[in-house]
Amino acid sequence: MNAVFYLSAFVAVIATIMVITRVNAVHALLYFIVSLLSVAVIFFVLGAPFIAALEVIIYAGAIMVLFVFVIMLLNIGSEAAEKEKQLLSPQAWTGPASLAAVLLGELIYVLVKGGSGAGGIGIIGPRQVGVSLLTKYVIGVELASMLLLAGLVGAYHLGRRYRKERRRTA
Amino acid sequence: MTASVNLDHALILAAALFTLGLLGVLARRNIIFILLSIEVMLNAAGLAFVVAGAKWGETDGQVMFIFILAMAAAEVSVGLALMLRMYHMLKTLDADAAGSMKG
Amino acid sequence: MLEFLWLIPALPFAGSLVLAFAGRRLSRGGIAAFGVGSVGLSCITAFAVAAGFIGQAPPGHFYVQRLWAWLSVGGFTPEISLYLDALSLVMMLVVTFVGFLIHLYSSEFMIEEEGYGRFFAYMNLFVGSMLTLVLADNLLLLYLGWEGVGLCSYLLIGFWYKDPANGLAARKAFVVTRVGDTAMSIGLFLLFTNLGTLQIQELMRLATERWAVGSGLAVAAAALLLGGALGKSAQLPLQTWLPDAMAGPSPVSALIHAATMVTAGVYLIARTHVIFSLAPVVQEAVAVIGALTLLLAGFSALTQTDIKRVLAYSTISQIGYMFLALGVGAWSAAIFHFMTHAFFKALLFLGAGIVINALHDEHNMFKMGGLRSQVPVTFWTFLVGASSLSALPFVTAGFYSKDLILFETWASPAGSRWLWAAGLLGAFLTSLYTFRMVFVTFYGDAKMQVSRKPGAIMTVPVVILAVLSVLAGFLELPSSLGNVRIITSFLGSALPSETVSPGAAGAGTALMIVASAVSLAGIFAAYLLFFKKNLAADRLAGFVPGRMLHRLWFSGWGFDWLYDLLFVRPFFWFARSNKDDFSDLVYLGMIWLTGRFNNMLSVSQNGKVRFYAAGIAFGAVVVIAIAVFL
Repeated sequence: MNAVFYLSAFVAVIATIMVITRVNAVHALLYFIVSLLSVAVIFFVLGAPFIAALEVIIYAGAIMVLFVFVIMLLNIGSEAAEKEKQLLSPQAWTGPASLAAVLLGELIYVLVKGGSGAGGIGIIGPRQVGVSLLTKYVIGVELASMLLLAGLVGAYHLGRRYRKERRRTA
Repeated sequence: MTASVNLDHALILAAALFTLGLLGVLARRNIIFILLSIEVMLNAAGLAFVVAGAKWGETDGQVMFIFILAMAAAEVSVGLALMLRMYHMLKTLDADAAGSMKG
Repeated sequence: MLEFLWLIPALPFAGSLVLAFAGRRLSRGGIAAFGVGSVGLSCITAFAVAAGFIGQAPPGHFYVQRLWAWLSVGGFTPEISLYLDALSLVMMLVVTFVGFLIHLYSSEFMIEEEGYGRFFAYMNLFVGSMLTLVLADNLLLLYLGWEGVGLCSYLLIGFWYKDPANGLAARKAFVVTRVGDTAMSIGLFLLFTNLGTLQIQELMRLATERWAVGSGLAVAAAALLLGGALGKSAQLPLQTWLPDAMAGPSPVSALIHAATMVTAGVYLIARTHVIFSLAPVVQEAVAVIGALTLLLAGFSALTQTDIKRVLAYSTISQIGYMFLALGVGAWSAAIFHFMTHAFFKALLFLGAGIVINALHDEHNMFKMGGLRSQVPVTFWTFLVGASSLSALPFVTAGFYSKDLILFETWASPAGSRWLWAAGLLGAFLTSLYTFRMVFVTFYGDAKMQVSRKPGAIMTVPVVILAVLSVLAGFLELPSSLGNVRIITSFLGSALPSETVSPGAAGAGTALMIVASAVSLAGIFAAYLLFFKKNLAADRLAGFVPGRMLHRLWFSGWGFDWLYDLLFVRPFFWFARSNKDDFSDLVYLGMIWLTGRFNNMLSVSQNGKVRFYAAGIAFGAVVVIAIAVFL
């Protein structure tokens, strides 16, 4: 299983690098789906099949479809990709890259120093997760439902066109 | 499934994905890419939770991933709606153009 | 009758309150009714209480009326309580009676003034405060009255506030007396911290028990109290405010700056005489200051042209006599002189007020003249007052009181020949400047037309005071002239009696003859110089030293100039140079720094989401670094 893990990890990293460097949004989105799928494989390897399924169904499925719809709604022409290319000058990368590198270095240092090693992994199936979710974390579930409701209302409110705008576009 | 995966490496993967997402947030100006990068960071955080859960053999890590998923869904819906509004008002997706909150 | 004591200060306070709140709605008659009536009732009550006190003396010859506890902090519980003994009784009678006469006089004198109600509100407040001062059982209540009369003095000197000069005079009076008041308040702190009470009788008892004669604390306490007395009574070196205080209306000068308030210092020293007896050095200083003041003020009075300023310097000089008496331990003599002085000086001020009023507010007496026939009643009463002031022998009250002081100065163990000589010279000066004033004002050719003659309401108080200026003297006659001792024996229950060193007692008659001769010589000199118009004085003033001396005396020995140079100018300089307050720099600096930080931080608020995200990331890096590496 180790080989599968490292392969998936490699794919995930490469795909993510592609996500943040593409100029075309749809390309980036497709790479992100690849990244998500490889992370799903890693979840499976780690003994979380339920989470792997959720990753594929909800993340790669539902959320990314939402992105695709929005990008379609925006209807950006091909000149947008040209403009995007101009914004991506090498200088624009140096500062963020160095900051991110420092952060990564720190995190890896902590992890290596901590050295938790290989833990005893067993499969934690959907039943156990569901039981835990609806007993121990039931309040969290309620809160999450409220959050989703708030997101729904917020998205609806923001997506409405104001009368003034409508008149202008009409 | 055997327990042969080195969990440290899995955590390092999570860290790498997280920093890549951070890099995307900081470097990109297009708001679509910023939102995508945030998704990357959330996903990396979720990965870290699941790894931690696997380490202790508990369900909590997975439960947390589900919460993150719910949060990501809500965040994306609001974020994309905001992005649409911004595009309608400013006719651009450049995040730096939305600077009217300048102090 | 004694239980009505509280009414005596309460009535003027009530009158003051009524006038302050309803003064605008009352007619002038109503204002006069309240203003004069309250003091009149207070005066009647005072006489009734006095009759009760004398008729059936309470045990121990004092009566305490506790009204209520003022406050209670720790072990400090001053009470609002009144203390009546022979000393406060005399003071109370003089204050209420002279106060009433002056109020009566003012009701006509001030009738045309704009702030009629305001005037009486202040005057009533003054009488109330003065009575509080006099009747106070503890030093804190006394201090309340002390400050109350100071406030009223300030308000009334600046009564015609539309002229900035009057406001300036009022401020000067307030600030100069404040110097003394500060010393006095420190003295009160000292007394309280060391003896643990401010109740006067208790204080006197404890002081004698705990303090040796001449001990440091006693000297300090006495000196600080003396400081307060000097300020209030306009004695050297705090005398400069009184001549300027003449900016107020004449009744104010009569009541506050002649009869009552300025003698508060005398009362204070007499009241706390035990402490002064414990500090012989300070008591000697009191005598020396009194002698010096009476001489300096006497010389200054010689050169003044403003009739009220002559009287002001004369007041300073006469209070100098009282201080001299206090200094040599002649407590009763000081109070006796206070009483006669209250009568004749109030009379002179009221007479001067009539004259000034009659001549269109003319203060310069060299522009007056020949008023003898035009305002005859005023002339005759003024002449009585002037005679009493110059101690015309045998018939006037001033003679007996001043003679008593001079005799004590000579005969008391604490006295000395030098102090006596100073007093004698002062007596000569007194008759000289007094009759200079009389001759210049009332004799000679009429230079101005009298426009307003005093009515009955103004004349009656003047006549009463004139009668008293003569009769009050017969309460106390020296041994060679019948040996009447009403005042001294009455005050004997509250103040220690005078001690006379053996051998000096017999000198009384001789001293009296000398004093009479000096007083008559002064009058005669004035007659020669200012009635016969002998040119010697003019010629003397014509010489350079004479002219310089004249200028020096006219300006009151240049004290104003000196204080201006020493205190006022440096203070103004300091105030000017510290206009932008040093201590404000700290706060201004804080404002400046905050503004700077605001500018710096507002740069970071650039509205760019990525910048904020970078901030968060940077913060995370730093926090993790601290957590990991430290």
